[in-house]
Amino acid sequence: MVGRELSGWLLRRGLQAAAAFAIALTILFFLMRAAPGDPLSRISEGRPLSPAEVATLRARYGLDQPVTQQFVSFVGGLLRGDLGVSIEYGRPVTALLAERLPATVLLGGSVLLLNFTVGLWLGVRQAVRRGRREDRWLTTASLIGYAMPSFWLGLVLAWLVGIQLRLLPAAGMQDPLLSLEASFVERSIDVLRHLVLPALTLSVVSIAATMRYQRTAMLEVLQLPFITTARAKGLPDTVVTWRHAWRNALFPVITLFGLWLPILVTGSVFVESVFAWPGLGSLAAAAVWGRDYPLLMGASLLVAALVVAAGFLTDVAYAMLDPRVRLA
Amino acid sequence: MSRVLEVENLKISFPGGDHTRVYPVDGVSFQLERGQTLALVGESGCGKSLTSLALLQLVPPPGRIETGSVIRLGDTDVLALQGEALRRIRGRRIGMIFQDPMTSLNPVFTVEDQIVEGILAHFKMARAKARERALQLLQEVGIPDPEQRLKAYPHQLSGGMRQRVMIAIALAAEPEILVADEPTTALDVTVQAQILEVLDRLRTSRGMAVLLITHDLGIVAGRADRVAVMYAGQIIEETSTGRLFANPSHPYTQGLFASVPRITGPLKRLNPIRGSVPAPAAWPSGCRFRPRCPKAFDKSELEPPLLPVEPDHLMRCWLAEQQGAGTRQEPGTKS
Repeated sequence: MVGRELSGWLLRRGLQAAAAFAIALTILFFLMRAAPGDPLSRISEGRPLSPAEVATLRARYGLDQPVTQQFVSFVGGLLRGDLGVSIEYGRPVTALLAERLPATVLLGGSVLLLNFTVGLWLGVRQAVRRGRREDRWLTTASLIGYAMPSFWLGLVLAWLVGIQLRLLPAAGMQDPLLSLEASFVERSIDVLRHLVLPALTLSVVSIAATMRYQRTAMLEVLQLPFITTARAKGLPDTVVTWRHAWRNALFPVITLFGLWLPILVTGSVFVESVFAWPGLGSLAAAAVWGRDYPLLMGASLLVAALVVAAGFLTDVAYAMLDPRVRLA
Repeated sequence: MSRVLEVENLKISFPGGDHTRVYPVDGVSFQLERGQTLALVGESGCGKSLTSLALLQLVPPPGRIETGSVIRLGDTDVLALQGEALRRIRGRRIGMIFQDPMTSLNPVFTVEDQIVEGILAHFKMARAKARERALQLLQEVGIPDPEQRLKAYPHQLSGGMRQRVMIAIALAAEPEILVADEPTTALDVTVQAQILEVLDRLRTSRGMAVLLITHDLGIVAGRADRVAVMYAGQIIEETSTGRLFANPSHPYTQGLFASVPRITGPLKRLNPIRGSVPAPAAWPSGCRFRPRCPKAFDKSELEPPLLPVEPDHLMRCWLAEQQGAGTRQEPGTKS
């Protein structure tokens, strides 16, 4: 791969990603405004607002402007790194997102990590032991895992492990009773203990899916002639499996990884509510109910950005790992 | 002559449904001598490729080599080996080349990677030293500009170059036996000749024994010392190449010759064998070629053993008992 060819390709692919993001931004903006309802209908709940009050509020949030004007000022703000002020919370959207982001990234990151270590490993194991008892058991287990609704599993785990057995905390991210002098290590262990149940809940489904993908991809590669060549060379089984087979069975899983990547910022509304995890998912859900346009827009854009980035990264990974990919 | 490999009564079975097993390779025996080429000839589905895979215990599951089969490599009983001991045989004592050089090379690794790992799997040496050997191997198999080719990926090479790389890989650990499973089938005719040339040269220079597996009688002449013709999982005729071409005796072998268009002599209709090779589950009792054989007679309903036709010439046909009868016939004439 020539350096200049590569940088040219990266630039083109980067521009494509930027264009995709711009289109997503536009669609999201107008779609939200097209939805029935209005932020003020929520604010006025319980107490009638006078027309004068409504007019003041509308002016404050720029809702009195024509939609196109609103769009222009939103994009202008975005370019300056300003996503506006949340109607519900009265605080800058960027601050709200930044507050919730670490919890979601921690949860999503753990799920991704578990998924693409345990899931890959189990899938490869299954393929190598195709048709034997272990493969059949794992297949059954993965189908059950895949079919299980995560909010239900979350409730069961919270009840069983958290409440009945009292092994792990069932809610929140930190123990509110933890003394203020607790060391960094103690705090980390506390967060990790809180993390286990929600991460496990979300991982079960995703690991099940990854296993299936990895197993299928491996089975396909394992019956290709170059695997026989590798064996005939006298390479050890582990080298044949991981270096020759898995390296080629990686590509469908990279695609899958790209599809899962946005979980870093989307989290899961259900699982976050079950475990009272202070992440973005619950924040975004609240923003939908409140028609909190700026907050909703901010959260959606974050997701859109990560979806676009994931596509970009997937392509880059393919280009780096598969010598046959033509950079065009 | 020194015998390097002995295969005795090799049987390979696959599940055939209803808890039965079918035998795509059913009692194959042959020997390889140092510095010689044995050609294993037959149509697709006759079991020749499976036979070659069995030599390194590479029969794909759910197939298995039946007990009672013997593969002796020097004084090593190959079928008793497993794990590390088996690994040490693969590539080191027996090297293999496969039919399709595109799919037989790993697409994501360079030529260098694929040769060097074969060397390092069997010899303790620095990678730089192994790379040097890989370079020599590429020269030996006649690849121009080998320094550049080492860095290439398989998709950047032509079919002929890929097959040369395959040969270099097979030779990486300096085996005494080279198994070539249809090495030229996927290649252009001009390239075919070059590849066969390379194999011939290497056999002579390295004193290897070669097992050449092919469906093409045309590439056997002048290259193989001996020929074994396979049909339906069995060797049905075996002799030196010269005798086989002078006196093809089994009706199936005669049919194979009759199916090859001839350049010399009067223009005639080709006389192909009627029907096709039945699947292993449908092999008839008695002589397996019986349903397609123009010379089948009542005794064909009994299974024939390998019988002598002339000295050092065996065939699996009862006609061998009627000394000479029907065997001196010019191939291609109607019977």
